[in-house]
Amino acid sequence: MNNLQVFTRGLVKENPIFVLLLGMCPTLAVSSSAFNGLGMGLAATFVLVCSNVVIALLKNLIPDKVRIPAFIVVIASFVTIVDLSMQAFTPALSESLGVFIPLIVVNCIILARAEAFASKNGVLGSLLDGLGMGLGFAIALTILGGIREILGDGKFFGIPLFGESPTTILLFILPPGAFIALGLVIAFVNKFVKKTA
Amino acid sequence: MTYFNIIIGSIFVNNIVLAMFLGICPFLGVSSKVSTSVGMGAAVVFVMTLATLVTYLIQTLVLIPLSIGFMQTVVYILVIAALVQMVEIILKKISQPLYQALGIFLPLITTNCAVLGVALLVIKKNMPLADAMVYAVANAIGFTFALIVFAGIRERLALVDIPKPMRGAPIALITAGLLSLAFMGFAGLVK
Repeated sequence: MNNLQVFTRGLVKENPIFVLLLGMCPTLAVSSSAFNGLGMGLAATFVLVCSNVVIALLKNLIPDKVRIPAFIVVIASFVTIVDLSMQAFTPALSESLGVFIPLIVVNCIILARAEAFASKNGVLGSLLDGLGMGLGFAIALTILGGIREILGDGKFFGIPLFGESPTTILLFILPPGAFIALGLVIAFVNKFVKKTA
Repeated sequence: MTYFNIIIGSIFVNNIVLAMFLGICPFLGVSSKVSTSVGMGAAVVFVMTLATLVTYLIQTLVLIPLSIGFMQTVVYILVIAALVQMVEIILKKISQPLYQALGIFLPLITTNCAVLGVALLVIKKNMPLADAMVYAVANAIGFTFALIVFAGIRERLALVDIPKPMRGAPIALITAGLLSLAFMGFAGLVK
């Protein structure tokens, strides 16, 4: 498999949310608007890329038996960096994502890539894998956030699409809408994307 | 806020799974049978209560006095992982039947974001210790409650003829959405 495939795989074919179904908690929780989704996606991408690279570098030093705790410490360190940086530079986004930023640490997608890819491959491959998977996650979150924001609030990235006070389907902004929208998007992916893949 | 309010509020109004989206992975993963979801729920009640107590004490007695609050995430996840391992070893020694029942669910709990989530939330909300413990127990019960109800529905759902692209995760998510909608009916019960 060449590097390009490693990178593009995470975007569509093995999209972490729509196909692998990993990292569901933040997906549902922060996708109430496209902007929140994008912010969360980029934060997770940063952690994923950094932890993949570090783990790929350290893979020969970490004893096999304690690799999972070691991975978690690496991931938790980068999550702390993201958490503190967001509190400092983007306080509004940090406020709306809330407890889900520190919770990136238990996002299964990050540990899954560390275990399945970075611990077995070189630095460059791990970097591309992390970038691809992270962007796939970010794209999926933005799409889901966009759908929910358009249907539930009549806006896209905070820009009103249908005039001043449109009649919207409030449900999609509320928690049940997250489940229903994601269910429908995954069904759509199953029907149209998986076939051609 | 009285304890009663915390309990009703966490189990029904702001259910940890259906309104706050914590612990979705086990919620979707182990909810295909009622019996396994009871086991998972019991393990979560056990670990969540212990983890919240220990992390709360570490936060107030170690991290804050030493002013190393930025280590919160790293310390919490390690404490939870160690705690789960310890509970597993102790259970194996003390109570074989309980270990048999909960054993396979314990390793899964380390990556259950509900446990870390509750531990972080009680600190964020500045709860006193007693409130924090009630909050942890109530949320664990809320998780178990949602899991069992959902498993009951999925057992029925397994017998239904569902369009092919909707099978598996999509229909489970939509079911969870409807369940979440039902739980919204409890809003306004407290406060």
